[in-house]
Amino acid sequence: MSTILKNVTKQYDQDKKVLDNVSAEIQTGEFFVIVGPSGCGKSTLLRMIAGLTQISEGTIKIEDRVVNDLSPKDRNLTMVFQSYALFPFLSVWDNVAFGLKARKADKADIEKRVNDALKMVNLEELRDRKPRELSGGQRQRVALARAVASDAKICLMDEPLSNLDAQLRIKMRQEIYALQRKLGLTLIYVTHDQVEAMTMADHIMVLNDSKIQQVGTPEEIYQHPANEFVASFFGVPPINILPAQKVSEAILQVNSDFEVTLPHPIAHANVRVGIRPTDMKVVDSDELHANATIKAVEFLGNEKIVHAKMSHGGEVSVIVSSEEVFQPYQNVEITADSEFLLFDVDGKNITNKGAVTHA
Amino acid sequence: MAENNKSLPKRILTYVLLIALALVILAPFFIGIWTSFLPTMNIAKGDLFSTNLSFDNYVAAFTKTPILRYLANSFVISTLTMVAQLLFCSMSAYAFVFLKFKGRNILFGLFLVTMMLPFEAQIIPNFQTVKFLGMLDNYSVLIVPFLTSAFGTFMLRQSFKQTPAELKEASDIEGLNHFQFYWNVVLPYNKISMITLGAYSFLGAWNQYLWPMLTTFSNNSRVIQNGLRQLQSEETFNDWRMIQASAAIIVIPTIIVLFIGQHYFKSGLNEGAVK
Repeated sequence: MSTILKNVTKQYDQDKKVLDNVSAEIQTGEFFVIVGPSGCGKSTLLRMIAGLTQISEGTIKIEDRVVNDLSPKDRNLTMVFQSYALFPFLSVWDNVAFGLKARKADKADIEKRVNDALKMVNLEELRDRKPRELSGGQRQRVALARAVASDAKICLMDEPLSNLDAQLRIKMRQEIYALQRKLGLTLIYVTHDQVEAMTMADHIMVLNDSKIQQVGTPEEIYQHPANEFVASFFGVPPINILPAQKVSEAILQVNSDFEVTLPHPIAHANVRVGIRPTDMKVVDSDELHANATIKAVEFLGNEKIVHAKMSHGGEVSVIVSSEEVFQPYQNVEITADSEFLLFDVDGKNITNKGAVTHA
Repeated sequence: MAENNKSLPKRILTYVLLIALALVILAPFFIGIWTSFLPTMNIAKGDLFSTNLSFDNYVAAFTKTPILRYLANSFVISTLTMVAQLLFCSMSAYAFVFLKFKGRNILFGLFLVTMMLPFEAQIIPNFQTVKFLGMLDNYSVLIVPFLTSAFGTFMLRQSFKQTPAELKEASDIEGLNHFQFYWNVVLPYNKISMITLGAYSFLGAWNQYLWPMLTTFSNNSRVIQNGLRQLQSEETFNDWRMIQASAAIIVIPTIIVLFIGQHYFKSGLNEGAVK
């Protein structure tokens, strides 16, 4: 009982693949987020699951049934669109009832489902309003209520929060999460926002360049990213990635600016080091020992972000406590703890690989 | 403030000009209405601003001429033409927008080509056809040739194309078939265009003159515009009061249609569908 994508490929013309060989298993009842930068094919993938876009190659299975050639309505799912797709000539109530009426559900049943759905998204008061008389957040709730009222167990959402302002987005994020848990929906959610993915997902699929980069839980993705792209996509500010050379069995020279200790020997001579902004240290320094110059300091309340330019090129961001005082153009020395990720020159994560653990 | 003061003379000038233009345009209309209440004697003498007003003309128009029959004929024909055009034009426009079939663009091109030929140029072949079909002097001759119009299809196609694709996709997911989508989504979404086309085709049929003149000969099927002409020639001298009263009567539907239409031409009716 799950949704299975197997070697799914989408190709509009001969040479360009929009999606390349995507395989994944989405468990029933889980919150599954597909995330990636714009143009990575994530919306196309969602529309292929919905049946709005043809599949070029591969199979999609929902509940043990191959749905490749099934029309959208026979896949028993609902969809919330980025632009809400409300019917402007219908009241809130009728908008929610629309799909049920189209499927010729029992009248009393429609009544009950719609009222319950409206109650769940707190729109009972506005049931007779038209969409144009609603705010953006309320329109979004109508779209959600439509998905809730349907008896379909799979719900697809295509960037449903991207039209809302930041405050409302956080609120709706929690509401969607609560609804999904309460109804036990299988929710497949597309977004370009890594924060949405991290905060809501049971599993995340990271897409880039039409290919899957990694599928995993938020913790796995953050702590053990498969490659440099995944590492730099998650986390604010993004992870600092600097080139490094092995100078001895246990020492790495990072960016020719500072050194870190390797937890275990590695085979590669040239690697790239990824260090989270929280795992770096900045201290004031004289010109002789300084290895970086501060470019800007951002005050965030409980902490500060220091943006600095390394002496040998490249820029880093470091999170420091808000009591520390730094000025732009100040000379500083930047170092790192032993917490870091290692990538080979192709960007693949080799942090725990090549370790002589079995010896 | 300063800007307002500065533009005051300019505004006065604008309004003077507007009022003058309004007078030029509306004066004949009002004089027409006014004279429709005057006896023929006054009109014939050119005494257009007499105050010898009465409803006699209207009573006479309704009782002494078959104007009611003409009005009924026109009303039935215009209504049927309007309904048929709305139905067939919206269906063909739907096909051109939402159905994908081979030769769609070529077919639409052919539709447009028919618009380039004026109706007057088609009158002779059309007349021969209806004569062959035995439809002369009958309602059908005034309706059948106008059941659909290339212009209506073209206009609705442009309008339907503006329907957001998400509404189609949402409807696909809910399992609406083409007819349900057409009826429950496309038509309500494009209500304004439908009303516009409805008003246009109703008035078009109402104001027809040349075609009914050629194809109808009896009071049973004569439409109002031709009936009005009939009033003028049936009498030995022109009974202007009757003609004026009848002319005033037949513009009433036009005004009603425009007023009803105006009520719907509000902007922002489709706001809130998609962001």
